[in-house]
Parts: sequence; structure tokens; C-alpha cells
Amino acid sequence: MSPAIHIEQVYKSFGPLQALKGINLTIEQGEFFALLGPNGAGKSTLINLLAGLLRPTSGRLSVMGHDVVTEYRQARQLLGVVPQELVFDPFFNVREMLRFQAGYFGLGRENDAWIDEVIESLGLADKAHTNMRRLSGGMKRRALIAQALAHRPPVLVLDEPTAGVDVELRQMLWAFIKRLNREGHTIILTTHYLEEAETLCSRVAMLKQGEIVALDSTENLLNRVPGKNLRLRLAPSHLPSTLHPMLRANEGDIWTLALSEAAQIEFVLAELRAADVRIEDMQLIEADLEDVFMEIVRA
Amino acid sequence: MIGMWTLFKKEILRFWKVSFQTVAAPVITALLYLLIFSHVLESHVQVYPGISYTAFLIPGLMMMSLLQNSFANSSSSLIQAKVMGNIVFLLLTPLAYWEVFLAFLAAAIIRGIVVGGCVWLVSLFYIDLPVAHPFLILAFAVLGGGMLGALGIIAGIWAEKFDQMAAFQNFIIMPLSFLSGVFYSIHSLPPFWQKVSHLNPFFYMIDGFRYGFFGTGDIDPTVSLAMVAVSFLALSVLTLQMLKSGYKLRG
Ligand SMILES: Nc1ncnc2c1ncn2[C@@H]1O[C@H](COP(=O)(O)OP(=O)(O)O)[C@@H](O)[C@H]1O
Ligand SMILES: [Mg+2]
Repeated sequence: MSPAIHIEQVYKSFGPLQALKGINLTIEQGEFFALLGPNGAGKSTLINLLAGLLRPTSGRLSVMGHDVVTEYRQARQLLGVVPQELVFDPFFNVREMLRFQAGYFGLGRENDAWIDEVIESLGLADKAHTNMRRLSGGMKRRALIAQALAHRPPVLVLDEPTAGVDVELRQMLWAFIKRLNREGHTIILTTHYLEEAETLCSRVAMLKQGEIVALDSTENLLNRVPGKNLRLRLAPSHLPSTLHPMLRANEGDIWTLALSEAAQIEFVLAELRAADVRIEDMQLIEADLEDVFMEIVRA
Repeated sequence: MIGMWTLFKKEILRFWKVSFQTVAAPVITALLYLLIFSHVLESHVQVYPGISYTAFLIPGLMMMSLLQNSFANSSSSLIQAKVMGNIVFLLLTPLAYWEVFLAFLAAAIIRGIVVGGCVWLVSLFYIDLPVAHPFLILAFAVLGGGMLGALGIIAGIWAEKFDQMAAFQNFIIMPLSFLSGVFYSIHSLPPFWQKVSHLNPFFYMIDGFRYGFFGTGDIDPTVSLAMVAVSFLALSVLTLQMLKSGYKLRG
């Protein structure tokens, strides 16, 4: 079985700017994969290379074994892409648009039932005859996802699908995308909401300035950093020097310390008492991908 | 095949849904030209013996409308899709570059012929226009529409903003169509300008098209047909090359 996505030594430059610097990545069929990274890391560039919207400066990319340049027809047939920007065709309504989109992929009337199913699942049913122009932002986002699915691609790539989307829609989108994954679709998404990746994705690649800085299962990544964070509000806002090795973040009088085990709390409390620092508030939080990310980015 | 057919259908619907702007408006513009020029010049100008100025004018206006609207169809579709960003929906599909070309081209030709045909239909109320060589008329209509459709694709790919497209239209399409002998026979021009006119491919389209109606024109229609066919092929090759390379579409 060929992998859903295979990326080999991919470089991409925009003039003097090296947006991607030797990316190697294989994503197996059926995976739920997240591509993480801060703005400008190169996530969209990588997706656009997969989609054929951009061409690599060097290197090769393939979708289910089909090279995206030399076998672009097969590769694109197998790939559904939800672009980051909210783009739409102002001339047509939702259903028309979806039928056209499926038609471009060679599908005719026989596909209409699937389109209706997608419309239904994404909660677009009562907007099916509404012109794309008149949809709200959230509805446009749904229509964009529907458009990527119109030709029933086995591999679905979503570029920041939840940017600027309200909580309710986010929940609904994730439920839908999880269902697609269960039904066998390979899902690849980019996001800078780390908690999203954490709860959904089985594997994660972290991108930083055009390079993959971490690639592992979500579980392993979470195990990489000490398990818990202790968030303290201190008065006076001063951390004794003995606690500095544990410091993860400091903002005003809020100090976040990394604990590898819960028992360390006693040590922290003792040190604070000895230094005459009062604890005004205290919270114990599970470490998350954000911490992993901060750790790796700082390194 | 279904993919190309779908794109063609979409391009047709795109102008048909707003046919008030895309068909009715240019037909009215052509009729205004017809009213004004025929009123002012009818009794003063006779280009060919036995053919009234109004009759002379109508095929020229038909062809001019056809050419401008074929150009408008492909160029506006592409520039809008580029500016709005929805061009990605086309670029994400497995459609081959030549399929995109053929679909845009066919829709452009049809829009041109619909507008040109409407000008002709309305002019029937004014005047009885002869039809000497229907196949020649059709050949020039298709080749002319195709040539401007291809030029529209080129302009649509090249232009990044609406004002660049407007410049293309105002500095290339308009002068070429007005200096092509729509309103006059180039034989009435000084020799130098006659020579210049022979460099204008629009001249051959208008003259050959008019020959199809009256069986008479400024030059031999087979020469015109050859010139138009060669121009069309040359532009098509250029357009296909641009689409194939992904110029300005795939970075
Ligand atoms: N078409 C382009 N032309 C020039 N630079 C670009 C282009 N697209 C992206 N970039 C640059 O490449 C880098 C990566 O961008 P992008 O892939 O959009 O990042 P991300 O999606 O991770 O936020 C950024 O520095 C961005 O400015
Ligand atoms: Mg991005």
C-alpha cells in the first residue's frame, strides 16, 4: 500500500526567501495528521506544493504513489484541499458550485447523492440554494470544506480549517472530520491551535522556518516534556533562584513551572515559604503540545 | 471529457446568468452606433455600389461586438477568479491545460456569436441584409471569436488587477477594433494608413465577415480567412504554452 503522502527532500524558494528547506515526510493512509507551526513556518507552502498550486524548487511529492508534477491528474483526483483563505465563486449557489466542482473531476449525476450527503452533514442544507456571496463567514468555511470533498477524495488536506470559526462550528467540523477519518479518509490539517491537534491527531509534525523540527506521535511528543505545569501567582512577584531551573514561562506576577512529577510541589512550596513569597493563586495543569512546541522552538 | 464539458457549461452559465450585462448591454451599444452613424452618414457615404451605408455598417458592428464579447468572456472570467482567489478551484482539478483552454475558448466563441447574432436579429427590423456566403460568415465568426477568446485568456493570465485588464482593453482591443474598417472601407484612407490597416488582424476579420454577406469586400476573402486562421493558430499556441507552463497561475 503506497503512503497517502510522500514528501522527499522538498525545497521551495520565493526569490531569496527559502520557505521550505529539505522537507521529508511520509503520511500513511488512514492517518489523522497535524502539521503545526507558527505563522510563516511554511505550512501553507507545503500544502500548496501537494495541491500543485505551487511547484517545488527541488524534491518530489506524491499522493498515494502518484507524483504531483508528472502524474498530476491521478494525484489531484485523490486529493481534496481546503484552502486557508475564504475564497468563493460569486456567481453560483452552494449546490451548483459543488456539482461543478465534482464535474471538473469527471463525476456526473451519479455523484449528486454524495453531494447532498456532504451538504447535509455540514449543515448546509438550508443554504444549498443560497448564492456563495450571501453566506456568512462560517457558512463559507463549510462550503469550502464541502467543495474539497465534492469528488470524494481519499486524502483530505485542511489548511487552518478553524481559523476565525466560532466554537460551535468548530465542534461540528471536528465531529464531521473525525467521521471522515473513521470512514477511511486520510486527514491532514494545519493549525496553530495546538489543543486541536492534541485532541484529534495521532501524529504531528512541527514546522519551524521551513524545517521539520519534530515528527512523532502525539503521545510521544507529550511525553517529551515534564508532565505537569504549576501556575502560580506570587506576591511579591519574585521567584527564588533555586526554582529557576523549573521555570517555563513568566508573565507579570504569573509564573509557570514545569514539574516532572507531582511530588515536586512540596519542594516548590518549601522554597517559596523560605523566601517569604506568598502564593495568591495556584493551578496545576497538564502539559500540552504548546509546551512541547515552546520547548522545541526554544531549543 | 466530463471535466472539460463541466467547465464549458460553467463558463456559459457565468455570462448567461447576467445576460442583461453580457448580452443585452453590448447589443444596445451596437444599435446606438448603428442609429447614429447610419443617420449621419447614410446619405453621404456609399462604400460599395448598390449597398447602403447602413447595410455596410451592420456586419462590421456585428463582428466588432462578437470580437469584444469573446474577449470579455474569457478575460473577465479569469481576472475575476484571480482577484477573488477562486481560481484555485480550477487549479486543484485534474483538468489538463488544453482542456481548460478548449472550455474557455468554446464559451468565449459562443458568447461572441450570441451577441453578434442578436445584433443581426435586431438589425433585421431596419434593413434586409443579404447573406451571400453563410459558411464564410460562420467561419469568420468562429475564428474571430476564437482568436479573441484566446487573447482574452492571455490577458486574463497576464493581468493581476482589474486596471491592468482595462489597459489591455483600452490600448489594444479598442484601437484594433475601431481601426479595422467597421465604419469605413480602408480604401477611403490615405495609402500609408491602408498599409497600417493591413497589419491589423481585425481588419481581415471584419472584411472577410462582410464579404460573407455582400459577396464583395476590400480584399480577397481567402486571403482574409488565411490571415485570421494563422493569427488564431499563433495565439492558440501561445495561450496553450502559457497555460502549460503555469505562468502566473502556479508559482
Ligand atoms: N507566493 C509567495 N511569494 C513570496 N513569499 C511567500 C509566498 N507564499 C508564502 N511566502 C512566504 O513563505 C513563508 C511561509 O509562508 P506560509 O507557507 O504561508 O506559512 P504558514 O502557512 O506556515 O503560515 C512566509 O515567510 C511567507 O511570507
Ligand atoms: Mg498558512
